Amino acid sequence: MDSRSQSLLLRKIQELSFVAVDLNLFLDTHPGDRRALEMYNNVHRDLMQAVRKYEKVYGPLVNFGYSPVMQDSWTWVESPWPWEIKY
Amino acid sequence: MWLYEKKLQVPVRVTAPDPRMAKYVITQYGGPEGELSASLRYLNMRYTMPTGKAKGVLTDIGTEELAHMEVVATLVYKLLEGASIEAIKAADLGAHYADHDRALYWENAAGNPWVAAYVSATGDPVADLHENLAAEQKARAVYENLLHLTDDPQVKDVLLFLREREVVHFQRFGETLMDVQDHMQRRKFY
Repeated sequence: MDSRSQSLLLRKIQELSFVAVDLNLFLDTHPGDRRALEMYNNVHRDLMQAVRKYEKVYGPLVNFGYSPVMQDSWTWVESPWPWEIKY
Repeated sequence: MWLYEKKLQVPVRVTAPDPRMAKYVITQYGGPEGELSASLRYLNMRYTMPTGKAKGVLTDIGTEELAHMEVVATLVYKLLEGASIEAIKAADLGAHYADHDRALYWENAAGNPWVAAYVSATGDPVADLHENLAAEQKARAVYENLLHLTDDPQVKDVLLFLREREVVHFQRFGETLMDVQDHMQRRKFY
């Protein structure tokens, strides 16, 4: 497994997910802001694409049934854990 | 219900092991203004909030604080990774090592364990939201203190990110407080 390309792809997810978190908090207190809502909907699409791309190569990012099925083995316990990844 | 995402909110890197800095940073894991205190404070307050907005803000910021706890834990883990026993003793972490080896523990920089008294909950939404505004400012101040204690640019990156999030949370709690106050005033006219 190429850890450099893994951390690059992860970095992309971290960036998009950060935008989603920040917009989420903003929308909690500004639920009627249509521009923020549109930005949130757009980042959701990009984030989901980046996550699916990552998961195809490096295994599931989310547990308890929220990531795509694993065909041959339970890869959840095989890929490196967040504190072990070298950026 | 919570789901675990197998990623950090922000990449964590250190230039070199630094057990002295680990001893300082651990306070944002288990100290009074740390991320454990923050996440538990907010998630615990949700139940007595009067509006959907306030419940949402507390749920979402409380959840982000759990992610910050993992970021701080990773920073401490990496600052201790590969540090020799001699370096650990020289950094005044000998007492921590005696009880915990390199395991993490919820303690402040002086080694005092986390206590529930760090968290307040009065059941009064206005008082509790003011508590959160103060908590965010205190956490920001502690991150600034920590920034003064390291020269490592990669450690600074992580601390700066966490500091900035405290500022954003303060902003959202301020808006929530105004909304809750409006809500409570409106109710008086019924």
